[in-house]
Amino acid sequence: MNHGPLSPAPSRHGRPGGNLDLPRLLAAYDTMLRIRAFEELAVAAQKEGLVLGAIHPSIGQEAVAAGVCAALRRDDLLLSTHRGHGHTLAKGADPLAMMRELFGRAGGTCGGKGGSMHIADFEVGMLGANGVVAANIPIAAGAAHAVKLRGEDRVVACFFGDGAINRGPFLEGLNWAKVFELPVLFVCEDNGFAATTRTGSMTAGPGAAARAEALGIPAQELDGNDLLAVDAAAAAAVAAIRAGGGPRLLLCRTYRITGHTAVDPAAYRPAEEVEDWRGRDPIARLAALLREAGVEEARLAAIAQTAGAELDAACRAAKDSPWPEEARAFEDVQDMGDPRERAF
Amino acid sequence: MPQISYLEAGRRALAEELARDPLVWALGEDLGRGGVFGQYRGLAEQFGAARVTDTPISEACIMGAAVGAAMSGTRPVVEMRFSDFALCAVDELVNQAAKARYMFGGQTKVPLVVRQPTGMWRSSAAQHSQSLEAWYVHIPGLVVVAPATPADNLGLLKSAIRCDDPVVYLEHKNLWPLEGPVPEGEHLVPLGVAETVREGRDLTIVTWSAQRWTCLEAAESLAAEGIEAEVIDLRTLWPWDRDRVFASVEKTRRLLVVQEAVSVAGFGAEIAASVAEALHARLAAPVRRLGAPRVPVSYAPPLEARVRVTAAAVVAAARAQRAPAAA
Repeated sequence: MNHGPLSPAPSRHGRPGGNLDLPRLLAAYDTMLRIRAFEELAVAAQKEGLVLGAIHPSIGQEAVAAGVCAALRRDDLLLSTHRGHGHTLAKGADPLAMMRELFGRAGGTCGGKGGSMHIADFEVGMLGANGVVAANIPIAAGAAHAVKLRGEDRVVACFFGDGAINRGPFLEGLNWAKVFELPVLFVCEDNGFAATTRTGSMTAGPGAAARAEALGIPAQELDGNDLLAVDAAAAAAVAAIRAGGGPRLLLCRTYRITGHTAVDPAAYRPAEEVEDWRGRDPIARLAALLREAGVEEARLAAIAQTAGAELDAACRAAKDSPWPEEARAFEDVQDMGDPRERAF
Repeated sequence: MPQISYLEAGRRALAEELARDPLVWALGEDLGRGGVFGQYRGLAEQFGAARVTDTPISEACIMGAAVGAAMSGTRPVVEMRFSDFALCAVDELVNQAAKARYMFGGQTKVPLVVRQPTGMWRSSAAQHSQSLEAWYVHIPGLVVVAPATPADNLGLLKSAIRCDDPVVYLEHKNLWPLEGPVPEGEHLVPLGVAETVREGRDLTIVTWSAQRWTCLEAAESLAAEGIEAEVIDLRTLWPWDRDRVFASVEKTRRLLVVQEAVSVAGFGAEIAASVAEALHARLAAPVRRLGAPRVPVSYAPPLEARVRVTAAAVVAAARAQRAPAAA
């Protein structure tokens, strides 16, 4: 089990203002707050019956999404998972369109056809969350294959959880990416659980990083609740990949504060464990770092207030959005044939 | 018209599309050495290894990568080697390729072709002989094509590559050496259009893939007995050419559907049910299906042959169709 407590933030943050890129960190702070606000609103909205299907919150994991996406360009591509709100927001998707999608409304990112598990926003290079664990890994390899074939310098980021590494597509996709030296950054968000089972109890060997290294893919293991660490590692990895260095893997150790889904009480974990991880909250840790670096409390509060207010407004607007027209059920199936054939 | 083989027609179709569109590329096991049947011979040399790409034995990733590549501006042509092996990539085809356009609200299309050599072929046994077309016809989002002639393999594969939908393209292994006339120059066969291979007034035989030839042989025997069968090769199973089939059955008032696949829940059931629903008042005899029993395909020739739909079986079924309907 590689999921014991992590060491506290190292003392390299000791010198306020040191070599920190404050605008970059403030932007990441803003992103993390927006992800947190989005998901807290979504969880509350589900209790009201507004979110219709299952949602899988990433509360507690925000530093991974924000840190990795800070290293990506808008035209870089991203493949996500069922736990993908954070990745999608960090890549630049509109929270109102996303919330509408969760509510199944017109104007959702997918017109209300996908819901939380199929959010996509191709405008910002977000090629889809996925309801099937590990299925996005070969798709990411293929997107990167197309990038290479077309001679572009885009990078593909592929997020997956620790549960995904026991599915075949993990091996097949990583092997493929290395064989063809494709521009993919694999990001394993290790929150310790595969659905409701401790991943360590179901995983032979030391895990994702070792498996990647066995295929010749450089891998780095890091504290996924430390935005600074994720940001630095992702920036270095993306630069190496963009320079033609082939695929890389980041193994980010983090923790899911909620259950597998928003309605999973997660009684299979001791309360102390959850409390311990709450104490390592990535947003609070970044706030502490920023304070230490001399950012004024009022500025941090203003960022939080603006983010919260904007997300509140998005949620209210989503609530007031209409349902999709029924005729849309027959649209975007395929070009060939009439999907209305044999309809009632 | 020059004669070329079914295999060469497929090779030419891909070569022409690779030359026409730089976004087209092919990927699969052993393509660099011509593919398992030789249907890619010379293409890697002509177009380079990046566009005719060898892959690991990794069907799920071949298919999944094609989905990602198709959503990222290219037009992959996937080789699955045997349709049976495509079952290793069902999630990628059914949950991903077929669904992406719809579940993402039309933000993307998935223009790819999955070539799946299909059907019974000299003692290939249970894991290299299946005809699973009905599975794919059942899935919204997919197009399903099953050519039976060299000209159709040329024209339909080219159309499939130009189609923006994911296309399951079923080439019958037994037909690879079949020679037939193929037009010179650009030859496109539209998807979704059946061919009336033989006209007849007495009954309609609907078929596809290699059974086209079985049915034609049967139709010649029937003609000698004075029964004129109209033989329709569907060529595309989704969307299938309902208009042509319905018009023919309106005329002949009898329908026999012939398929190599297991008859139970096979695609023939859909045709039979559609005709029965729409034209029951016109029918002079109950609709009849012929297909394989619900038995895996054997290795030993006598056992393999036992589950094959023969021309004699088609003749017998057609004769029964012509018998006076029970009161």
